[in-house]
Amino acid sequence: MKFNGTDSYVATDDLMIAVNAAITLQRPLLVKGEPGTGKTVLAHEVAKALERPLIEWHIKSTTKAAQGLYEYDAVSRLRDSQLGDEKVKDISNYIVRGKLWDAFTADQSPVLLIDEVDKADIEFPNDLLLELDRMQFFVYETQQTITAVNRPIVMITSNNEKELPDAFLRRCFFHYIRFPERDTMQEIIDVHYPEIQKTLVREALNIFYEVREVPGLKKKPSTSELLDWLKLLMSDDISPEILRNKDPKKLIPPLHGALLKNEQDVHLFERLAFLARREQDN
Amino acid sequence: MFFNLFFELKAAKVPVSLKEYLTLLEAMTLNVAEYNVESFYYLSRSCLVKDERNLDKFDRVFGSVFKGLEPPDNPDTAEIPEEWLRKLTELHLSEEEKAKIEALGGWEKIMEELKKRLEEQEKRHQGGSKWIGTGGTSPFGANGYNPEGVRIGQEKSRHRRAVKVWDKREYRNFDDSVVLGTRNIKIALRRLRQFARLGAPDELDLDGTIRSTAKNGGWIDIQMRPERRNTVKVLLLLDVGGSMDDHIRTMEELFSATRTEFKHLESYYFHNCMYEKVWKDNRRRHSEHISTSQLLNTYGPDWKLIFVGDATMSPYEIVYPGGSVEHWNEEAGQVWMERMLDHFKHACWLNPVPERHWEYTPSLQMLQQVMGHRMFGLTLDGLDKGMRSLGR
Repeated sequence: MKFNGTDSYVATDDLMIAVNAAITLQRPLLVKGEPGTGKTVLAHEVAKALERPLIEWHIKSTTKAAQGLYEYDAVSRLRDSQLGDEKVKDISNYIVRGKLWDAFTADQSPVLLIDEVDKADIEFPNDLLLELDRMQFFVYETQQTITAVNRPIVMITSNNEKELPDAFLRRCFFHYIRFPERDTMQEIIDVHYPEIQKTLVREALNIFYEVREVPGLKKKPSTSELLDWLKLLMSDDISPEILRNKDPKKLIPPLHGALLKNEQDVHLFERLAFLARREQDN
Repeated sequence: MFFNLFFELKAAKVPVSLKEYLTLLEAMTLNVAEYNVESFYYLSRSCLVKDERNLDKFDRVFGSVFKGLEPPDNPDTAEIPEEWLRKLTELHLSEEEKAKIEALGGWEKIMEELKKRLEEQEKRHQGGSKWIGTGGTSPFGANGYNPEGVRIGQEKSRHRRAVKVWDKREYRNFDDSVVLGTRNIKIALRRLRQFARLGAPDELDLDGTIRSTAKNGGWIDIQMRPERRNTVKVLLLLDVGGSMDDHIRTMEELFSATRTEFKHLESYYFHNCMYEKVWKDNRRRHSEHISTSQLLNTYGPDWKLIFVGDATMSPYEIVYPGGSVEHWNEEAGQVWMERMLDHFKHACWLNPVPERHWEYTPSLQMLQQVMGHRMFGLTLDGLDKGMRSLGR
């Protein structure tokens, strides 16, 4: 059982080793990286490659750790009791299973994705320490212990909005997805658009990395934005010659909306174009 | 052998614990990594480093532990064998480039020059066109553009098949001491969050509902409560102009980060030191300003006050009435500073000047006194300390 990347996901050597270490040692893998570098997609691809079911738990600022285990639906029990429903006598009817419970009791050990763990409250990771370490938890209402039949492969992504507690980090493997270099990027594009013209990709990559180098950009375009942009370029039949056109009057790349996501960045580009034009005039 | 790595990491202040070390050993016995150095490097990195800010430190430690190199932090003490450099250039330079070296006076001359500069050079260096370091155009150093360049500590690593990946030190940017980006600033600012329930009740209060339902003899009595929101109030006073021009970029980043992070944020500008007036718009600073006493009346003591400035000026500007460089001030800057600090109990000063230079500026020392040592550097670490002091 080894993950070697898939036909739709290019994994670098270091990423593969981190994933395989986490799978072999059955510990969670914490993945960080710039937005749009494929953190969440990684879990999908691992599940696909190992042919495991994927259970996704998307974290929001209001998510509580206990919600991942189970919730006791007190309100509907209260309502049922007033209506005299028979169900009310058994408390287990009102225990709603969380994602972790699902993952622990699944027939085949699944891939559990805890997405954007840093969105939640600062205490959130601490509340899950024991559960992720021993892969078991206790349900007070029914006095039963839920233990993982097959330990799930746990993938956790973080966008670095909050620092995670040391105790939590100690239990994880860690991988930082670095922004792909040109060669890796080329492979990623090949995987997604096998039919694309080589010259178009070359010119587009030139522009893309140039855009990323522009100082003062608020949001640097990332892999997912590049892929969107290439798709647009292909569907609009933009030729590599247009991209290669180094006319400073057209400094803003065609269909830039896919790359630059806020108006300040577009203004910045317009200003640069203006300066370039003035230099040419002089 | 691994012990060495573990203790060196500890010495380099990478937070590693025994648990992580045992995990690494376990992974090694389970054959997760193949028997080559690169896999071992990836595996140990994944086990031992849990924060991208420490990746660079890890690369440095790994390099020195497994190569027996001097730590690259003090290149002035490192002796680079001549043969090694010679071999390097032979590997990297084309015939044409070697001819250029000849044009410059030949290999011997370059080596002589290199030795001379190594002696002259005192600190680690980056950029520039003379000193040995990285990214420059000098003939010596790494990643250079000079065709007759001698690459130091960058053997082969320009290609993806590089043997020594850690030598690339690609994680340089994430080191703690680097100048802030807005994202990092926002994370540090989050320390200031204060949650409270204010406003319209629009959330079900389950505990309250159960309690009052029980009191109600079993009939449901729904209780609502307002949502939890960040209620911290921040008053930002920014020094502008003069010596602050060097720090404009850092200031802009800080400013834009605070804008989105706090709902209650007011910002005003001042020049060098606090006097009797501040202003909102720099273009109209001479026509539209508000008096500092009005500021004191408008914002209550529950507002947290953050000064941002380099505190670099003539000491007269702080101590004497009329000391301001721009106008005649009736009362000394210090008086106004103390008035502000009396009113706002939670205050701190963020200073973009690197902390190691502070002791050379008398005015900075004086303001540090006035602030009661609540002046912090405008780095991630300083911001963190500042926010902690405001939270107290």
